[in-house]
Formats: sequence, structure tokens, C-alpha cells
Amino acid sequence: MPPASAAGAPPVPAAPKSHKSVTGTRRTVAALFLLPALVLLGALVVYPIGYSLVRSFYDQSGDGFAGIDNYRALFTDDGIRTALKNNIVWVVFAPAVSTALGLIFAVLTERVRWGTAFKLVVFMPMAISMLAAGIIFRLVYDQDPDKGVANAVWVGVHDTFAQSSAFPKAHPGRESPLEPAGGGAFVTREPVRAGEPVTLPLVGVAPDVMPDDARRAAAPEAVPGKVTGTTWQDFTRGKGVGTLGGVDASELGYAGMRIEAVKDGRVVASTTAADDGTFTLPAAADGALLRLPADNFKEPYNGLEWLGPSLVTPAIIGAYVWMWAGFAMVLIAAGLASVPRELLEAARVDGANEWQVFRRVTVPLLAPVLAVVAVTLMINVLKVFDLVFIIAPGSSQDDANVLALELYRKGFAADQPGIASAIAVFLLLLVIPVMWFNIRRLRREVRR
Amino acid sequence: MRTTSRTTGTRRTAGKTTRAVTALAAGALAFSLTACGGGGDDGNDKDRNEDRPSGGTRAAPSVTLPRLDGASLEVAAVWTGTEQANFKKVLAEFEKRTGAKVTFVPAQDPIINFLGSKIAGGQPPDVAMLPQPGAIKQAVDKGWAKPLGAEAVKELGENYAQGWQDIGKVGGKQYGVYYKAANKSLIWYNARVFENAGASEPKTWDELLTTARTVYDSGVTPFSVGGADGWTLTDWFENVYLSQAGPEKYDQLAKHEIKWTDPSVKEALTTLAQIWGEKDYLAGGARGALQTEFPGSVTQTFTGGDQPKAGMVYEGDFVQVNIGETEAEVGTDAKVFPFPAVGDTAPVVSGGDAAVVLKDSEAAQALATFLASPDAAAVHAKLGGYLSPNKNLDLSAYPNDVQRKIAQALVAAGDDFRFDMSDQAPQAFGGTPGKGEWKALQDFLKNPGDVAGAQRKLEAEAAAAYGG
Repeated sequence: MPPASAAGAPPVPAAPKSHKSVTGTRRTVAALFLLPALVLLGALVVYPIGYSLVRSFYDQSGDGFAGIDNYRALFTDDGIRTALKNNIVWVVFAPAVSTALGLIFAVLTERVRWGTAFKLVVFMPMAISMLAAGIIFRLVYDQDPDKGVANAVWVGVHDTFAQSSAFPKAHPGRESPLEPAGGGAFVTREPVRAGEPVTLPLVGVAPDVMPDDARRAAAPEAVPGKVTGTTWQDFTRGKGVGTLGGVDASELGYAGMRIEAVKDGRVVASTTAADDGTFTLPAAADGALLRLPADNFKEPYNGLEWLGPSLVTPAIIGAYVWMWAGFAMVLIAAGLASVPRELLEAARVDGANEWQVFRRVTVPLLAPVLAVVAVTLMINVLKVFDLVFIIAPGSSQDDANVLALELYRKGFAADQPGIASAIAVFLLLLVIPVMWFNIRRLRREVRR
Repeated sequence: MRTTSRTTGTRRTAGKTTRAVTALAAGALAFSLTACGGGGDDGNDKDRNEDRPSGGTRAAPSVTLPRLDGASLEVAAVWTGTEQANFKKVLAEFEKRTGAKVTFVPAQDPIINFLGSKIAGGQPPDVAMLPQPGAIKQAVDKGWAKPLGAEAVKELGENYAQGWQDIGKVGGKQYGVYYKAANKSLIWYNARVFENAGASEPKTWDELLTTARTVYDSGVTPFSVGGADGWTLTDWFENVYLSQAGPEKYDQLAKHEIKWTDPSVKEALTTLAQIWGEKDYLAGGARGALQTEFPGSVTQTFTGGDQPKAGMVYEGDFVQVNIGETEAEVGTDAKVFPFPAVGDTAPVVSGGDAAVVLKDSEAAQALATFLASPDAAAVHAKLGGYLSPNKNLDLSAYPNDVQRKIAQALVAAGDDFRFDMSDQAPQAFGGTPGKGEWKALQDFLKNPGDVAGAQRKLEAEAAAAYGG
């Protein structure tokens, strides 16, 4: 863009005196040759920027002058503020993590025999479009561990350490002798008596998910001096409850259900139900409340909500890093190739260990390259749109919002072209210092 | 096949004898179809078929269209895939009858913006299918839409209930022909789950709660909600609100004449929380529902044998498309019942696409007329996945009982149906992911205890979007 304006200025006044001097003719010719490029740049770059700038001072319909109202909206609208905040997170973390990973990969691949193959693999995601990468990561982060790789791994690790229970959805049915006791446990309404059989019916466990050793439930038998009872699924597939609170022939016992007798908040006795759901507690349980503790009903662990409000931005940054770490690696590896070997050798001879060599020699020598990579990625990150648009589900799009996405939403969905233009101008302002930095560096390189 | 050849045959020669023959043939066909179906609607069908020839005013069972040889038309709609292919068959029928050439122009959502760029470029399509009444109004306000001609208005008046005509009007003038309708007051259920649980189709909200309870007791989560898409949630709310608060309030709320902090909204949200607020009533819980998109919410209800992720899923007739992706068969494995009555009457919330003329010409008007006729609807209905608000469309044209049942519910509602409220609202409120009503209801799904907070949020968003 700057070259366009710099080159564009001189030829225009040159036109009238074109036939008079040698330089004049040259200028006409120069103008003629520059014309196609200037027209293209003007129509495709300068005009849209100028028009966006103008448009950002007009109201929604484009008829009334709105002053700086659109810019004020930029800093008061909640959606835009979240977008701004997320953009900062993006600009800080995405280039940093990508560059760091790229550096690590580059340094390590230098030393491996199959370095080129490894580089190829890491660079491969760059060949995929942002859109396709978005779709891939949408699946990776799927909540359902059967679909999403991220959660499949997470749940796998989790379940190695903590087991889920057999009756996650069991709950008291109608007119049940049980009531919720808080925290997912259930407790009898009345104290139990020795010699009087207890029934603990629950519903909500489908026959297919019953433990394999569950047998037909048996009605409890009275045993003098002991508390006996049955806990079972009071529901038959296709038939319903049958006798409410009574054991029917086709109903299954809750094999392995833990039962505790509680007196004044203390557990006085506990047992586990047999395959047919029957259980026996000692006389100590007489007068106690029977409790089915919560760990009987613990829900299977369902993994993290990668795309929920709190994790969605880090998750998408992860997808971005997956794509761009390869880009960083290739540039840094190129820089690394031009680092003089002698310096590294000298450091080693002087007794530096590998970490010191890396930290004190390699990284400082690579600093210019690292800066270019980080700055390039920053520009790239400021305009990130596709990944966020595709990966974030509708319910957390608000939480994952970034400026470019908000621009799109304001401009095309909410029909607020004024505010959208203001966002565009603001984004341009954000990019300019970074671009200026890059151009200055480039000039210096050329001069050298 | 038989039906197609029959209709095309009569269209070429519209004489008196052929008319009688057609009527007979149609009657016989309807008779045989309903006989197999064994439904209670054969009475209806017969009435309709007998009415038709004696109706007198219309020239033929088909609509009269001018000869338009050499004319060419462009029709823009957002439809893709099968939907587009089926609509093209309707256009082909129009071509055959008039000699005009019709090109389908695929458009993107929101179509109004698409048309804006086409018009700015000086190449507007002749006819566009606009989904929302708001979009029609916008098109009229900007001077894009042209009023319908006398022929089209007459055809519309004969075939459409007043309510369906009115939503195509702007400022008293008829602009839109609601060619395609959606019935958004349906609850689809996995028949196996209901059988296993011994549950039955509910007629009222209380019965729905009992059914949900029974399904839950049998070990299956009752509902699947595609909460990642906000529009499924607004549709839930609209059904409850329309049935509970009544059509007048519904219209007022749609125009934002009453506030979202109104007690009627509170009541509807509280009612909704009886399902949304039960921890185990939604597949994956509220948080899981918010991660589930609409297509997934359907497929997870109809896959998994005896243990699907959920027993019921609420949405419109288009759920069939997604059921088609599973192995479940609509009508046997996947069944449907109308959204139960929360108040006195069951709600009928609908959506639809209206044909609007953008370039006034004889051909464009003729196409609008054709789309308002039962003939066009019959061609499309046979292909499936289509509902017509046309009350003169023979129900036997629908390919299966489920579709017939849905269409009947829609037509039977007469003028009592209401158009999807969020489609009537400004897009910033009713149609933007992560914003407005979508977002507010998603937050409510996450936290169904906070009715007052949800109302405040809805009102704040609505006030901003409606402009005060």
C-alpha cells in the first residue's frame, strides 16, 4: 500500500508537460506502465479502505452522519468488548505458542536423522484450508467421547483412575419410600425395623445397562433380629411399573447396590445387595434410616466441555497452533541453517551444556527471525475469523467472539454496516503499527 | 408414476370430458390410497374431489396459464440438495405448460442481503422465495417487491386461508404467495422407546410431563434438545407461549408491543422450565444440550436401538430429513404427535417461504399464480419433504401418512396458526447465533431457575433490536 501512494503522486502532475522534455516523456511512459497497477490498487485497496472509513461515520442506513457514535459503540457494546478481550488473548498466546513450538521443532529436527520427514508432517496442516481445519477440530473437540478425540483421550485417562457406577440414572419412582438426601444419595423416609422386610424400589435403569450379574428380584423375607430387604428396578420394559412398590416376576434386582444404615448422621452398618437385589443388615441397623449413597449413582464422566464458554477460546487457539506451528518451524529452520556452526562449537568447547548453548547462543542469533515470525503471526491472528466461526457452536460463539467475527456479525447478520465499518477501521489501526515494524525491519535488511 | 401421467395428460387438453375423467380418476385414486391408509380422512378427500368439478369458477382442475413462449425467468431461493431438485421439478412443470424458460438461482442466507447485492448489480431475479414476513416487508420498503397481479391474487384467494394471505401482505397489498410451509408444532418420538416404557402420545402439557416421566423411569432420557442452535429453543418457547398466552398476546409480543417482562412470558418460561429445568430430562443435561446441534439432536434420538440418547425431539416437519440420515423409518420407528396444548388449544406455529415478484412481467406473475395453485403444490407434495398451506391441495398427494397428518394439522388450524415469532423479529434479535433471543434462551436453558433474569435479558436485547 505505501509504495502505491509513493509511486502514485509524481506521475499525475507530470502529464501536461509530457512532450517538452526528455524526462517528461519518460514520465508519461512511466505513468502508462504504472496505470494498470495503480487502477487495481486504487479500486481494490485504497477505495475500499477510504469508503469503510467514510461509512464508519454514518449511521445504520447510511443516510445520516453519526459522528463518532459507531466508535463509541465499539467500546460500550458487550459483544465487541468480549471480542476485543479475546483478540488480546489471541495476539498474546497464539503467536507466542506457535513460535515457541516452531523453535523447538526446528532445533530438534536439526538433530534427528528423519528431520525432513518430521518437518513435512508438522508442516502438512498448512496445506489445509482454515475452513477444513475448523471442521476437523469441530470433531476433535466434540463433547461425546465416542466422536471427539480430545474427550476420548481425556475420559480414557480419567476412567483409569475413577470408575463410574452401575446405576447412573436410577431414581425413586412415584410414591416411593425413598427421598433424595442431597448430593445424589437417596434415603428412606421412615426408620427401618428388624424383622420387618424393607423395599427400596427405584426406576430409571434400562435392562441393557443393568450389570450382567443382575437376577430376577426376589421379594424380601423377614428374618427375626435382622433388617432385610430388596432393592430393585421397579419397572419392566414394555409393561411399566406393574405393582407399584412391589416386586414383580419380571423385574431385576440391583446387584451390587451399596446400602448404608444411618443413625443420627453416623453409618452404623452397611452391605451390598445380592444378585437378586436382596440384602441383610445386622440388628444394629434397627431404627436406622437406610441410605443408598451417591456413589451408586455417579454419572459416567463425560469429559471436558472443550467448546463450552470457558474453554472455547483456548481450544480454538490450539487448533490455530496446530496449523501454524509448522509455518513457524519452517521459517525458523531456515534461519537456523544460516547460524554459523563455529559459534555453537565454540560455546561447547568453552564448556557450555546444550541448554546453555540453546539459551545463550542459538536463541539470540535467531532473534531477528523469531521476531519476523511472531510479527507475521500477529498480523495473521488479528484477522482470525474462519476458525472461530466454524469451531465455536452457536451457544458459545459469543464467548469465542473475535473482532473479525464481530465485524461479520454486525455487518451481515445484524445489518449494522456503520458499526462494522468502525470495527474494520479499528482493526486496520491495530495492524498498522505491526506492519510498520515489519516494513522497517525489511528496509534495514535491504540496506545491510 | 400413474399420478404423474394422469395430471400431465389433462393439462394439455382442458376440455369438459377430460375434466370429468380426471375427477373420477382422482377420486378413485384418493379412495384406494385412503383405503390402504385406513385413516379417518377419506370423508374429507371425497368431499374435496366432488367439490372440484362443480366449483365452476375455475376453468379446469388446473389453473389457466398464458402461453409464454420465449419468455425467460429467474427464480432465487436458498434451497439446496433434494429441496432444490424437487422445486426444480415444479418449475419444469411450469415450463411445460407455458413454454417459458425458468432458471433456478441458488441464493445464500440471509436471502435479503443476497437480493440486495443482485439488485445493486442490476440483475435482480424475477421471483424470489423469501422466508420471513419481515423480509417481505423489507423488500417492499426498499421498493424491490412488486405487488401481485389480479390473476395471482384471485388464485391465492381461492386456495389459501385468510391468515396465510395476510402474512404475504404489506400495507394491505398482496406481495407474497406462501408457497411452502413448515409445521413447527410437532414432537417426534422414538416408537421403540415409547413401547418399552409403555408411554402414550400426550394431548396436553401435563400428559407430556407424565409421558416424559414414564420414559425417564424406563431408563431413557426423555428429550433431546439441539441447544447449540438457538432457533430450536425459540421454537420451543413460541409453542408454549402461543398455546398458553393465546394468539393476541403472541402477536403483540412478536411486534414488541408488550414487553418480554410481561407476566405471560414469565408463565411460559416457568412452564418451559418444567422440562428444561429437570436435570435428567435433557440428553447430556443442559450443558450437553447446548453443545448439540439440531441435526445431532435428531439423529441421537433415532439411533441406538433400545437405548437412544433420548426418546423425544421437538421440531418441525423438516426433522424427517434428518431422520432420513438414520436407519429409522418415518411412520414406524419415528413417529410424531402435535405439540400438546399448554393452554386451551394446541399451538400451530408455522414457517414458510413466500414467492415474491421482483421484476413485474407477465411471466413472473404467471409463475406466482402457478405457485398459488393446487397443481404446483401437488407436484411438489408427491416428491415428499414439502408442506403446502394450500387448502385445496388434495391430502392424498402427500407420499405418506405422517406427512399427511402434519399437513392436515396445518390446514385444519385455518387462521389460528401463527408464524414463527423469531422470524418476524428483527434479525439481530430473532436470527443471529450467539445474540438476542437465541442467546438469551440458551442462557435460560443453562440456568432455568432464573426466569426473571432471562426476561430482563430478553427485554434488553429486544429493546435494542426493535429500536426502542
